[in-house]
Amino acid sequence: MVNNRERELDRIFAALVDGTRRAILARLEREDGCSVSELAKPFAIKLPAVMKHLDVLSDAGLVSRSKEGRIVTVRLRPEPMREAADWLRRYERFWSGSLDRLAVYAEGKEAEARKKRR
Amino acid sequence: MTSLTLVRRIRARPGIVFQAMTSPEGIAHWWGPDAGPVLLAETDVRVGGRFRVRFRKLDGTEHESTGEYLEIVESKRLVMSWQWTAGGAAEEAGEVSRIEIDLKATDSGTEITFTHARLRNAASKASHGRGWAGALDKLVRHFSSNKEVET
Repeated sequence: MVNNRERELDRIFAALVDGTRRAILARLEREDGCSVSELAKPFAIKLPAVMKHLDVLSDAGLVSRSKEGRIVTVRLRPEPMREAADWLRRYERFWSGSLDRLAVYAEGKEAEARKKRR
Repeated sequence: MTSLTLVRRIRARPGIVFQAMTSPEGIAHWWGPDAGPVLLAETDVRVGGRFRVRFRKLDGTEHESTGEYLEIVESKRLVMSWQWTAGGAAEEAGEVSRIEIDLKATDSGTEITFTHARLRNAASKASHGRGWAGALDKLVRHFSSNKEVET
């Protein structure tokens, strides 16, 4: 279970490293349910390359593909993304809280140091 | 990739901030995500020296983190490795990440740039920090309001 979850997160973050893949996700965020050829249009890369990016996103569970006739429609899947964001936000909370208290403590020390000098 | 960067301005000079970050007495005042107590703080502030900090969160759970000081420039820069030794999420067991702290003197005190990097070693190349996290958040918000997402 634990290892599965770890692998899952690794796949999600690895998928998100790439700029083209993030652009695909951003596009799907604006208009969900694009065909593969619609998705490929803004990019200066060939259709097979776009297909490869979609494979990576699909393996990470970030998109789903469904085929109707000759048209493949791509849709976003929310759950893995939410999980990745939650994971990262835990660290943000941890350090944000820590730095807040660090500031209070250091500012107290600074005030003490100034008083002594007077 | 996957790093988190936070920038703060503190009204205290860099020497005082540095001391607060590296002394056990200072660490006891701030380390941890909430107002729960620091139970143990040990630091050996030299390159190759280690730190160990154990704290209890307000929910009662105890956590311990440890690491090695990798770079030390007094009052300016601190780099250390980071690892949970107890109480971290299970999927992070054995993972070593990296913390980089830069202190810059300003008119009013110190600007601190705090980065927790290599949070996922497998994908540690392109770091987008908060901008990236912000983009993620935006997507997540979109999802929570979008009921038509295919499952």
